[in-house]
This record gives sequence, structure tokens and C-alpha cells, in this order.
Amino acid sequence: MKIAVLVKRVPDTASVFTIREDGKTVDLSGLTFVMNPYDEHAVEEAIRLRDEVGGEVVIISAGPSECKDTIRSGLAMGADSGMHITGVEGLTARALAEVMAAGLKRLAPELVFAGKQAVDCDGSQVPERVAELLGMSHASCITKFVLEAGKALVEREVEGGCYRLCFELPALFTAQKGLNTPRYPTLPNIMKAKRKPIEELAASDLALDAASPAPGMAVERLSLPRQNRRCQILTGEAAEQVQLLVRALHEEEKVL
Amino acid sequence: MCILVILEQRGAVRSCSLEAASTAKKVSEASGMPLHGLYIGASVDAVLPSLAGIGIETLYACEHEELRHYSNEQYVPILCGLAQDLGAKVIIGPASALGKELCASAAARLRAELIQDAVGLHWENGLKAEKPIYAGKVMSEVMLTATPAVVSLRPNVTPIERNGEALPQVVKRDRPQATLRSVIQEVVSELVGTIELTEAKIVVSGGRGIRGPEHWPVLQELCDALGAALGASRAAVDAGWIPASHQVGQTGKVVCPDLYIACGISGAIQHLAGMRTAKTVVAINNDPEAPIFKNCDYGIVGDLFEVVPILIGEVRKIRNGN
Repeated sequence: MKIAVLVKRVPDTASVFTIREDGKTVDLSGLTFVMNPYDEHAVEEAIRLRDEVGGEVVIISAGPSECKDTIRSGLAMGADSGMHITGVEGLTARALAEVMAAGLKRLAPELVFAGKQAVDCDGSQVPERVAELLGMSHASCITKFVLEAGKALVEREVEGGCYRLCFELPALFTAQKGLNTPRYPTLPNIMKAKRKPIEELAASDLALDAASPAPGMAVERLSLPRQNRRCQILTGEAAEQVQLLVRALHEEEKVL
Repeated sequence: MCILVILEQRGAVRSCSLEAASTAKKVSEASGMPLHGLYIGASVDAVLPSLAGIGIETLYACEHEELRHYSNEQYVPILCGLAQDLGAKVIIGPASALGKELCASAAARLRAELIQDAVGLHWENGLKAEKPIYAGKVMSEVMLTATPAVVSLRPNVTPIERNGEALPQVVKRDRPQATLRSVIQEVVSELVGTIELTEAKIVVSGGRGIRGPEHWPVLQELCDALGAALGASRAAVDAGWIPASHQVGQTGKVVCPDLYIACGISGAIQHLAGMRTAKTVVAINNDPEAPIFKNCDYGIVGDLFEVVPILIGEVRKIRNGN
């Protein structure tokens, strides 16, 4: 079975951000970059499935040359090969999904996994768009995946519950935390990953059905949300502190 | 030309959809385009009264027993067909789990731009959305220029507003025939008398300071007294003390309740990202140096196992009107 995984290179979740002078872009210099945490669950699920039913896992990422490091992280976890798509700078999710769908079409995978959202722009849409463009059925935010008699049985999280669904393949699923525990790459596997093939493609080489649409939206302004918290530390014995707190919440904040 | 709002239902229209509809009404008034709604489900009559005064002119209803539960393959063609028939310029939905999926699929099919999980939306010489990025560490103001544009709105951020009692006019839509490649086997509700995290008005969260899963009942009792949902830090989830669905933070849920009570949570930046927009934050922690105290409104330095039971007693007094 051919399984593809969409991954994204993102700043570490502990990062603190500053805005550039243009007021419209974030200064990403000097930050540590990692594979998007949700994508790690996607890679893990793909590897487990391949180990169970055979086949291959291809890691796909679009972006600058450093994305190859992110692809290598997936290869070090145990994936077989990579596809790196360049020349996507400035594209919105709409156009990026069309490029990634064109890349995936070449692979013709039976299953695609991705993270439920990337923790940088929190766009929460590229995998769903790719599924739609490729005519694959799909579900977002899955917490359980089983392949049975050629069909995918999944549980997808919704507020306060879940849906148990059965899909014919090909299908695409996005991973929610809780789907599995991603493995740490072992040193031998990190060494092996260096010799695994990564195919390079430029977005402009991918034969698109129609020209990529120009961005239909633009950032007007970025700001750093201010935290105007009172930071009032209550004093006294525990019982007094609690009484002060409850009075403040009831009378001043009116949240009780 | 119109504004189209998606009314997600689970029997009743979900409050996050009524919030989205109220915001959509303001966009409709500012842009001069009428506001229409889309209902997909088993029975529109059951939900109609809840739309009184929201300001939806026409409610397009696609009713069928097989549409009771969300099905991407069935819902997407209904939404896209209606949007195209009406020439909708703006499509607004709730940023719920299913709302986001529906918006993403529809945006792809309509070749539209999409902003998910916006915390603000208004019309000012065009459609402008406020969208938190990097889990809210940065706020982005985006102008959407291409039409149609699709926006999903985060629950709990914008109010439900009604003006009068007028009900929308209902127009029934036919269900398009679709060959389905997926089947719903079961819809499991874990909500029995508890409150969902992202929609809760009060959230009580526990972290490493609760010392082990056997101590959740302490916080659950506080939740019950407050009518709150139970959250957790990544540390508590990674320790295996509670399912990941309770995690608040950059790799968990983003919550924006009126009151957030952090118990035994140090306040790592990735946790703060998940509760930054809470209106009032209370921290209970025995470490006076914990970063959470620099990010709270009220702090109690103390043992949560001593403080929380007293708090439960005081909350009950208030709730009982004493």
C-alpha cells in the first residue's frame, strides 16, 4: 500500500515571536524549527500501517530548502522516501493545496495522512482542500485508525464525543493528538534516513489543471496581543484568600 | 449576492452557529447584502424558533433523516450548490470541529479563500477578519479580496444578538444524489451532564501539581460546583493522567471562557497560548515563581489540595444565593 504523509516545518511551540518593521510579517530568524507536532502523529500512523500491511510511506513537504530537514525527520522515524516541493512562497492555502494535490496525484497514494492543523498559521485547511481536489473522501481530527478488509475504520473527534466512520479507499485523514504516540528516531535510523531518496519538484513543474490563483487575501496588520492581567496575588490564610477571590469574581468580574 | 451563514445543528442549532449568524448579520448590514442561512439536518421545524430575531431573511433547508448527522460527502455539495445558486459573496460558519471541515472542503470546491477560527469579522470597504496565528501569540488582520470568501468563527468569542422576534422564511432545498464512499457507523456522545471544553463559560484546568490521576475528582467537584468544563496542561496529558481531548494549549484546545482557573499549572508559554483570551484568569499554585502568576488576574500561592476544597464550599454558598 502506498501511503503519503503531508508534513510542515514550523517554529517550535516554545517560540516567542516579534513582528518585523513592515508590521505584516513575523520575524522567524533565530527560531528553532520542528516538524509540526500533529504531523508526527500522521507519520507514526503511516509507519505503523505500512509495518502491518506492507508498502511504502512517502513524506511530502512544500516550502524552502530547510523543509528537507523536516522530511528527513520523517524518514528517520521510518518512512521510505520524500517529496519536496519548492517555489511555494507567497501562496495562500488555496493555491498551496492545488500544488500539493498535483504532487500527490503523481504518487497516487491509497491513503494520505496529515496533521489536523499546523501550529504556525493554524490554517486548518490544506489537507481537507487536497482531499477535495483529488476527490478523496476524508475525515479531520481522527483519534483512532484501523484498516479492516480494505476499508478504513476511524474515530473522529467532535465537541463532546466522536463519530465512528468507515471509509473506502483512497482516503485522507488528519491526525489529532491521541491517535498514537510518535516514536523517537533511533540513531541508526537517523543515519539510514540520510541515504533515503527525496524527490525535488518545483511548483511550476507540476502540471496544474489551471493556473494557480493569485492570493485572494492579504495581511493588513499583525499585532502582539497585550496581556492586561491584574496579577493580583491574594494574601492571608487559605480561607481568607479564597474569600477574597470569590468576592472579586462575584462582585468585580461578575463571572460567578 | 448575499451573505450565507451555515447553521450547524445537533438536533438544535448550536450556539456557536447563532454567534456566527449574529456576526454575519452585522456584515450583512454593513455591506448592504442580505443574510441567508443554510440548515442541513432532519427537521427544520424543530430549530426554527431558535432563529427568532437573529436577522436571517431566508433559511434554506435541506431536510432528510440521512442528513441528521454531519456527512462531508453529503453536506459539501448542498452548501456549494446553494452558494453558487445564490451567488454568495461571503460564507460564514462556526469554527467547530465539523464546521471547520465543512468550510475547508467547500472552500476547495468553490476555489475560495478561507480563514478558519477567526475571532472577529467585519465589513469596512471589504471583508476583514481577525485571525490569531501561532496559537494566539500573534494577531493577524486580514482583508479578503476574492469572492466568494469563507470564514469560520471561533466559538464563545462573539455574542448572540437578537432584534425582535421575526423568523426567517423557509425555502426547502432538494438533496443532491451522491454515491457515498463513507458510512457513519456510530455517533458517540461522551457528554452526559458535562460541558464541552471549547464552549464552556468556565474552565477549571489541572497540571502537574495535581500529582496523579487519582486526584481529578477534586477538580471535577469544583467543575460541578461551577458548571465548568475540565481542562488539563500538556504535562498532565503527557503523563497519561487524562485523555488528550482535555488538553488546553498550543497543541490542544484553545479556550476562551469568562473564567479560567489553573490549578497546579506552571504556565508554560504553550499552555498560555491556549487560554490567552480567557476574560478572567485565576491561578492556584504552590510555587510563587511559577510563570502563571505573571499571566493571571488573581493568584493564590498555596497547596491546591487545601485551597480547592475551600473554594468549592465558597462557590456553593454563592450559587445557593447566600
